[in-house]
Amino acid sequence: MRARQTHTPTRAPRIGRRGFLTAGIAAAGLGLAGCGSGAATSSGRARLRQWNLFTGGDGARLMEMHEAFREEHPEIQLEDTTFMWGDPFYTKFVMGAAGGRAFDIATVHLSRLRGLGTGTLISPVPRDLLAEHGITEDTVPTTVWDKCLVDGELYAIPLDTHLVVTYYNRRICERAGVLEGDGTLVETNGEEELIDLLTEVKEATGQYGIVMETTGAWRQFWSLYRQLGGEMTFDGELVIDDDKALRCLDFLRRVSEEGLAPRASDAPGTPANFQNEIAGLMFGGNWELPTLRDAGMDFGMRPFPAVFGDPLGQGDSHAFVLPYRRTPDREAENAAVAYAAWMLRNSLTWAGGGHTPAYLPVTGSEDYQELEPQAGYREAAENVQFDPQAWFSGSAAQLQSDANSVFQAVHTGATTPEVALDRFKSAAQRLIDTPPPV
Amino acid sequence: MTAHADPAAPRKPRSGSPGAHTPETPRALPTRLRDSLTGLGFVAPFTLLFAAFLLWPMLAALWSSFTDRSLARSDSSFVGLANWQQLAGDPAVWQSLWVTVLFTLLSTPPLVVIALVMALLTNRVSGLGWFLRFSFFAPFLLPVAVVTLIWQWMYQPGFGLINAALARVGLSEVAWLTNENTVLLSVVITTVWWTVGFNFLLYLAALQGIPRQVHEAAALDGAGAWRRLFGITLPLLRRTTALVVMLQMVASLKLFDQAYLLTDGTGGPNYAARPIIGYIVDSGFTEMNIGYASAVSYLFFAVIIVAAIIQYRLFSRPGVES
Repeated sequence: MRARQTHTPTRAPRIGRRGFLTAGIAAAGLGLAGCGSGAATSSGRARLRQWNLFTGGDGARLMEMHEAFREEHPEIQLEDTTFMWGDPFYTKFVMGAAGGRAFDIATVHLSRLRGLGTGTLISPVPRDLLAEHGITEDTVPTTVWDKCLVDGELYAIPLDTHLVVTYYNRRICERAGVLEGDGTLVETNGEEELIDLLTEVKEATGQYGIVMETTGAWRQFWSLYRQLGGEMTFDGELVIDDDKALRCLDFLRRVSEEGLAPRASDAPGTPANFQNEIAGLMFGGNWELPTLRDAGMDFGMRPFPAVFGDPLGQGDSHAFVLPYRRTPDREAENAAVAYAAWMLRNSLTWAGGGHTPAYLPVTGSEDYQELEPQAGYREAAENVQFDPQAWFSGSAAQLQSDANSVFQAVHTGATTPEVALDRFKSAAQRLIDTPPPV
Repeated sequence: MTAHADPAAPRKPRSGSPGAHTPETPRALPTRLRDSLTGLGFVAPFTLLFAAFLLWPMLAALWSSFTDRSLARSDSSFVGLANWQQLAGDPAVWQSLWVTVLFTLLSTPPLVVIALVMALLTNRVSGLGWFLRFSFFAPFLLPVAVVTLIWQWMYQPGFGLINAALARVGLSEVAWLTNENTVLLSVVITTVWWTVGFNFLLYLAALQGIPRQVHEAAALDGAGAWRRLFGITLPLLRRTTALVVMLQMVASLKLFDQAYLLTDGTGGPNYAARPIIGYIVDSGFTEMNIGYASAVSYLFFAVIIVAAIIQYRLFSRPGVES
């Protein structure tokens, strides 16, 4: 949440360094898009410049959807530009939006929405226009829809939700005797039941019960903290429930110290460890699905387990946003909303990447229910736990990076949960004391 | 042929040419002017690019350090010394600066010594020399993304090459990238493997420039291999060593890419491998606070200048003597 509103730039700026760069980036985008379509801009069609942050499998699925969109909409000239997600995307996003002529629609992580200048860089979505295309608050999960609202205005159109889930290796879990008759993982309730499960799986593998990204402990921490009902706010000073935070960190310490999970497992190492079968379970983002499937593993997916309460998992949502414009462009806006609505209605393709479509008629359809293992965590996805609200929190923002840097030492045993919590608190306070950039 | 003049015939000197015996007349000045204009013409493209892409950004950054410039706004306002005050009281600045300095202290000696040893050994080999030269230099040709990808897998606990080797010989595993005390060392090891080839090449070139007869004369006088190494080779390499050390320190102070990539952008456990450039990137790009990041950049700039001056003082004296 933006602690202070900054004024909207009203005067037309000189073409400064930023304007120059923006124009350059836009020109590069045009050039790239030109390679794809080969169409001239002067064809009389509505031009729709789309910026996105999807590479790899997600990127391929996006391009597949864009091809289908182009076939159905010859009147819209869709020009897509892909940037690497994280800083490479968000720096260009804010610079492009501040320059005012970069894109007509872009993807963002919903957790970053308020930090990216709603009202100054991002315009509200015309709800009536969106409703004409069949997207209303009734067709999107409430948790996600609410996250798109800032001061009652709709600022984003959510495409999906994605979150940390439990992966289980069927072969190992069967050997450990922890599968139900239908081949799904047994449900556990509470810390001790989960520890028992991990112990049984550990006996089956001879090494570990579960692997999780110890260098990305924020996901696990926030899932557990939210299960305890913990809140975190940054209004001038950090408000955090120390007891609850310590319980969560102590759980991370416990699984590593008792040898149920490796003390260290980084981003590339975690799915590799799971594939190498040093453990039968994995906590990981649902986006690992295509990789594991391509590896030919026999696995299933369940929500993040109920350790301290409901089976809630940390996650986020990819959403579409419209740029703030000094001079309104109805035509571009119409094309943008039509595009976003089409993407939502056709998001069954998108589900192939493990993300859960936000459009309820898709997830409610028979086609989706038959998707395995995606259907196994659909309910958790609708109740996804977004990061706490601040300009410095959310996907690829500094708070996650700080937490990951500090919390991994709890797994390795280098620091106690108490010390780690203190370090996290001072890192958060530093961010609170930093003036917001937007 | 017949149409041409006899080449042996004396040529009539062209007026104004430097070879002519004309005294220094006012005519010579325009020539000199023309020469310098031509010279300026040749350096102008570089000067323009230098001004546009180095001088101007440096001045702009200095100005930014006194403003609250953000990536996400088109306007900014003057905040005086606020960024500099914040910097002085920001422990993350000093901690990350220390990481950079520590990395430089840890990486420079092995990068110089190992390069020298490799060059000395390669210089003796005949026959397979080309293969050794290629092998030692090859890693330097790899892009940083490839290098870090390879080493991230080698450092993996459990199945990584290094830990598997340690386990096989009965040693305990090391949590290379996930232990606060070893993560920077891991970055040093990777960097040495990656960039030692460049220093190696400089040393090898210098070794090949040492005249053979100096060694032969010393050998005739009964000097052994070690005596010749310390009495002849190393003293004659002194200037190269000064150059290698200076280039290496500057390169080590610039630490960023491999540390950032090896730690997945987190800076390692408790920021143990986040150099000051990493902090500049975090505050300037992740937090979009260009004003503050510019101030930190200028602090780092000052540190590099001081390091360069100290080094110049230390190494210029022996150079003068020789």
